[in-house]
Amino acid sequence: MSIIIKQGLVVDPSQGLRAIKDVLIENGKIVRIADCIIPGTSQAINAKGLVVMPGLVDMHAHLREPGREDKETIETATMAALAGGITSVLAMPNTTPCIDSAQAAGLLQKRIQKSAKANVFVAGALTKNRKGHALTDIEGLCNKSVLAFTDDGSSVDDEKLLSSAFDICRKTGVLIVCHCEDTALSAGGTVNRGFISTSMGLRGISKESEYKRVERDINIAESAQARIHIAHVSCAESVDVIRQAKAKGVKVTAETCPHYLMLCEDDVRGFDTNKKMNPPLRSCDDRNSLKRAVIDGVIDIVSTDHAPHTENEKDIEFERAAFGVIGLETMLPVTLTALYGNDSTDLTKIAQICSTGPARILGLKKGTLSAGSDADVVIFDPEREWMVEKRGIVSKSKNSAFLGMRLKGKVIFTILNGAVAYQA
Amino acid sequence: MSRWGQKDLLGLEYLTGEQIEHILLTADSFKEVSTRGVKKVPALRGKTVVNLFYEPSTRTRISFEIAAKRLSADVINIETETSSIRKGETLIDTGLNIQALKADIIVVRHNASGAAAMLARRVDISVINAGDGWHEHPTQALLDIFTIRQRLGRIQGLNISIVGDIAHSRVARSNIWGLTKLGARVTVCAPKMLIPPGIEKMGVRITDKIDNAIQEADAINVLRMQFERDKTTAFPKQLEYFKNFAVTEERLKRAKKDIIVMHPGPINRGIEISSEVADGCRSVILEQVTNGIAVRMAVLFLAWQGRRGL
Repeated sequence: MSIIIKQGLVVDPSQGLRAIKDVLIENGKIVRIADCIIPGTSQAINAKGLVVMPGLVDMHAHLREPGREDKETIETATMAALAGGITSVLAMPNTTPCIDSAQAAGLLQKRIQKSAKANVFVAGALTKNRKGHALTDIEGLCNKSVLAFTDDGSSVDDEKLLSSAFDICRKTGVLIVCHCEDTALSAGGTVNRGFISTSMGLRGISKESEYKRVERDINIAESAQARIHIAHVSCAESVDVIRQAKAKGVKVTAETCPHYLMLCEDDVRGFDTNKKMNPPLRSCDDRNSLKRAVIDGVIDIVSTDHAPHTENEKDIEFERAAFGVIGLETMLPVTLTALYGNDSTDLTKIAQICSTGPARILGLKKGTLSAGSDADVVIFDPEREWMVEKRGIVSKSKNSAFLGMRLKGKVIFTILNGAVAYQA
Repeated sequence: MSRWGQKDLLGLEYLTGEQIEHILLTADSFKEVSTRGVKKVPALRGKTVVNLFYEPSTRTRISFEIAAKRLSADVINIETETSSIRKGETLIDTGLNIQALKADIIVVRHNASGAAAMLARRVDISVINAGDGWHEHPTQALLDIFTIRQRLGRIQGLNISIVGDIAHSRVARSNIWGLTKLGARVTVCAPKMLIPPGIEKMGVRITDKIDNAIQEADAINVLRMQFERDKTTAFPKQLEYFKNFAVTEERLKRAKKDIIVMHPGPINRGIEISSEVADGCRSVILEQVTNGIAVRMAVLFLAWQGRRGL
């Protein structure tokens, strides 16, 4: 089976490539990129006017399986991922049961093998049942191909415990992903603390609850000389902390999510529960800071924090609705809409933050179109506008923050392991 | 004068000054109804108003019930303690059922901010917010504004102070939106921990000195201290609060001579207000209650008209 992608704008930061080229795929691998490749018996995809990039890598998705298959399954999530041009996903461990043992990780791997439509990699829980009381068997889980450790959804309050975890992870070389939230400061909050929380009559979530914990976690990682990845950064103060840490040489990377680049707290005013997430949408100034931080590299990547919820959990009173929004299908369009063309962000940067960057952070041989690499490719039209509509959403849950909004950038083809896995 | 033209009343934040004026003028014309021998007009005859109260309320529910009856509407009161809501029915399902039963207006009181807005998005019939969480209590603010204007003749240019638990008060928020839109200068006064963040962006002055709040005020709106909401040690104790923030005769000696004192009720006598003041000549607390009927008649009538696109 071979495919030639003809005359697309090939953008691959891993090899400094940004040119109109043909891409030859054979037997699931990228074989050659050249000005012109004669098709022969290959399937030809005309990519004229389209962008050809390494398949996107989302290192922060909640697939809900096992335990909450009513919200999402490995199958539906990976189908949604492919529709969004995402070929590799890191599954968060807050499932039921939690991925906190070799047995749970092994069972999850079996399910992934059975039903995943895209590459799924596994993140393990840092502490047993994500309770923050006792560490999981990090080394044992690493042997089960667990790529990173996190209690995502919760922050580890116990500093000694976290310090021990960083020590172990430094030795094994595995990554810790930190959800940074001091719940003593955020308890009961549902939106950003400030004028919006006041005018809506809701308890606010302060920015301190995030950036003070970012600061603490980075300090602990620095002491242990370990790597740390900060999840879903939402405010300018966290960016400042990360910038300073990077300047000091701390091995820190960070992500923000497309919704923090596109929306702000003003968008919550109508009590739309599809704009309720944790951390919450912050101020417009925070949004602008995050954009700048992505452009200047302080924020390394974007991740979806794909958090599907049923209508029963969202179509209720704002204060009672679940936190979180889906994002697999809109990651690229929202990132393009927020950044591309507006802030002199070029497509190389988009590929870097959506594909090459996360692959590098996770140590995956993905996020590249170099010869010999897995043929995971996204082909998209960066200019085509489309409306996000519930009926068009592939994900099992429909809780998108962008329903009814026009986005720029449409995925046309997703190629996984050398075969067309999605076509618009 | 522009028409109000809304199906729902969800809060004063979402209305213009002209729309608020329109409601107040309509209330003016309804006020006289309550003085008649037969206290009824046929404005909503054949219509059904459902009072859907998820929180305990005496004054507001009865006021809405009387207002609806004076417009000749049929009124159904749903007690959440004895209804399907106790079995887990959602607010939206309850609202859709009320709509399916061909009611015309739902008056909803709920402890979750935004509940009325959520309901209004899902039903075609009119929704009146009778208080949602800490968010808004628009009819209380409208009757407060109506009372101030009745007593002082105008709103534009007046100094109005709101004193008490601002952080947890839907009455404060609705009052601030309404009063500032009509040109009043609003001051909020509370212990620092009860001043919510960013409130100055609503166009108010902030003080934690009760004397500052009283000094220039033409009207002072005293809020109930909601001690039950917060058990933290930082929350002021009742006696401490009375000492530092209560509106007393002694403090009113330094106020303008014709200042009026308001309270949305229920009153905590001896905590946020002294009995002398609550029952004194400056108090308009019972006038507020009476005016509530005219204002709610106006809101019910206008919502019905708004639904018909009038």
